[in-house]
Amino acid sequence: MRKAGETTFQIRFKRDFLLNKYLYLMMVPVLAYYFVFHYAPMYGALIAFKEYTPNKGILGSSWVGFQHFNDFFSSYYFWRILKNTVIISLYSLCFEFPAPIILAILINELTNKRFQRFVQTVTYMPYFISLIVIAGMIKDFTNNGGLINNFLTYFGFNDTAMLQKPELFRTIYILSEIWQKIGWESIIYLAALMGIDQEQYEAAKMDGANRIKQIWHITLPGILPTIAIMFILRMGNLLNVGFEKIILLYNPSTYDTADVISSFVYRKGLIEFGWSYSSAVGLFNSVINLALLIAANKISKRISENSLW
Amino acid sequence: MLVVVTLYPLLYVTFASFSDAGQLITHKGFLIKPLGFSIEAYKSVFNNPAILNGYKNTIFILFFGVITNLVVTALGAYVLSRKNVMWNRVFIFVVVLTMFFSGGLIPLYLVVKGVGLIDSLWATILPFAVNTFNLIIMRTAFMAVPESLEESAKMDGANHFVILFRIIIPLSMPVIAVMILYYAVEKWNGWFYASIFLKDRDLYPLQLTLREILIANNTDSMSSGANAAEQFQIGETIKYATIMVASVPILILYPFVQKYFVKGVMIGAVKG
Repeated sequence: MRKAGETTFQIRFKRDFLLNKYLYLMMVPVLAYYFVFHYAPMYGALIAFKEYTPNKGILGSSWVGFQHFNDFFSSYYFWRILKNTVIISLYSLCFEFPAPIILAILINELTNKRFQRFVQTVTYMPYFISLIVIAGMIKDFTNNGGLINNFLTYFGFNDTAMLQKPELFRTIYILSEIWQKIGWESIIYLAALMGIDQEQYEAAKMDGANRIKQIWHITLPGILPTIAIMFILRMGNLLNVGFEKIILLYNPSTYDTADVISSFVYRKGLIEFGWSYSSAVGLFNSVINLALLIAANKISKRISENSLW
Repeated sequence: MLVVVTLYPLLYVTFASFSDAGQLITHKGFLIKPLGFSIEAYKSVFNNPAILNGYKNTIFILFFGVITNLVVTALGAYVLSRKNVMWNRVFIFVVVLTMFFSGGLIPLYLVVKGVGLIDSLWATILPFAVNTFNLIIMRTAFMAVPESLEESAKMDGANHFVILFRIIIPLSMPVIAVMILYYAVEKWNGWFYASIFLKDRDLYPLQLTLREILIANNTDSMSSGANAAEQFQIGETIKYATIMVASVPILILYPFVQKYFVKGVMIGAVKG
């Protein structure tokens, strides 16, 4: 019986190969890419458990077990970067996540189609500007005598170099993030909004529902599945704070509030060459993210029946 | 109101870049039009060898990068969109897993170093040949192409390459346009991996040159010949002019693909 099973498998295997050999040929570069640039680094993450030195290579370096993890957990930096990462993530969850939803609903409520298009085009625009330019603008505008400072002095604030102030870093980070991404991220919600059955609004109007009530009872439930999916994806990236912007904006005087896990990995690994230690920190980050993603997916499945898998 | 908040910083930069350097420094508050009118800043930007070189490198990365991206992504998307392929479930798993788990920055650096790409412009292209999210969007779009068309092509003896390039891709132009936009923006604006993989300054793409000007605040090389005070003044307008020079090309690309855009994004949105 078992033998027969194997042979049918072999037959199936051969037939499939004959039929699809060109497809498999096409897949070769794609798989090669994934193995070299995704799976090889995953294997390379083993150095987190070793004392890696470039001349010994990954295999030749000696095992140290969880030593790097222990060093990290007991170091002074651990709590600082964990706290910063979590706080920045939570801020962005509270302020950045709902912003595009609100924008999409507002755009949807506009009655003038031309104006609707104009608002959309303008709000997407910042997304295409590079991070370097954005960071340059932020630096310039928040500096002494910069645009934002000038604006705030009208309201009696002091003219200060804001990026030197640890207490302002997160605010600057989140606000500029919203400014850049709100239009872009609203696209997906707008697409969902277009899918809502217009008859529902007609019916609601008949029943005397005002606009606020329509939004609450029709619009929001209509885009809830999209919101749920976006929320799960977001949870999976909770600890992946956009470190590219952070390393452009922070400086030693704001490390206290600005340094996050990924910027720490970057600094320790690529500037101070602590390969193994830094990989351990990175691996810790990846594992937590994966766990959060799975958790968010489970919760969402239970509450709203929306899930990624 | 929202439009004003979004747009104003961009307008400010535009106005400032055309302003007269001396007036801009002493000016406080908002600009509603350029102060005076001067293209001095643009002249010094375009005379700067670092910027021109950056442009050259960026265009190389953009051109070969986007082609590599499109070809590899399309091949993967095509195979994964076929039915009755025994190993596809495995392939999809292999691909999707990378969205949720990665080896991390340092191991990636070591791999790139290991395959000898350090200090090669290809280091900013090959390790990012496929964006998994884009691959899935493209696959969804390819699956939407009616099967009957492929069947009749197969009858005429077309192989998979012909089907992909003559039937599937021409019928999926909206999504291809969106992919070009996504990948082009990524290449044009990318700097981080260039900054770790490229040590040779001659290979710096535009964004890295920009970083030195905007973040490290180093405009001296461009305003040489002027005295210190003038240098400081011109430096301000040069910054704004460089921002313009670096951002305008990609903003110009956008209106061309905009009509495909909402359509393409919606295809992606269906599957999330």
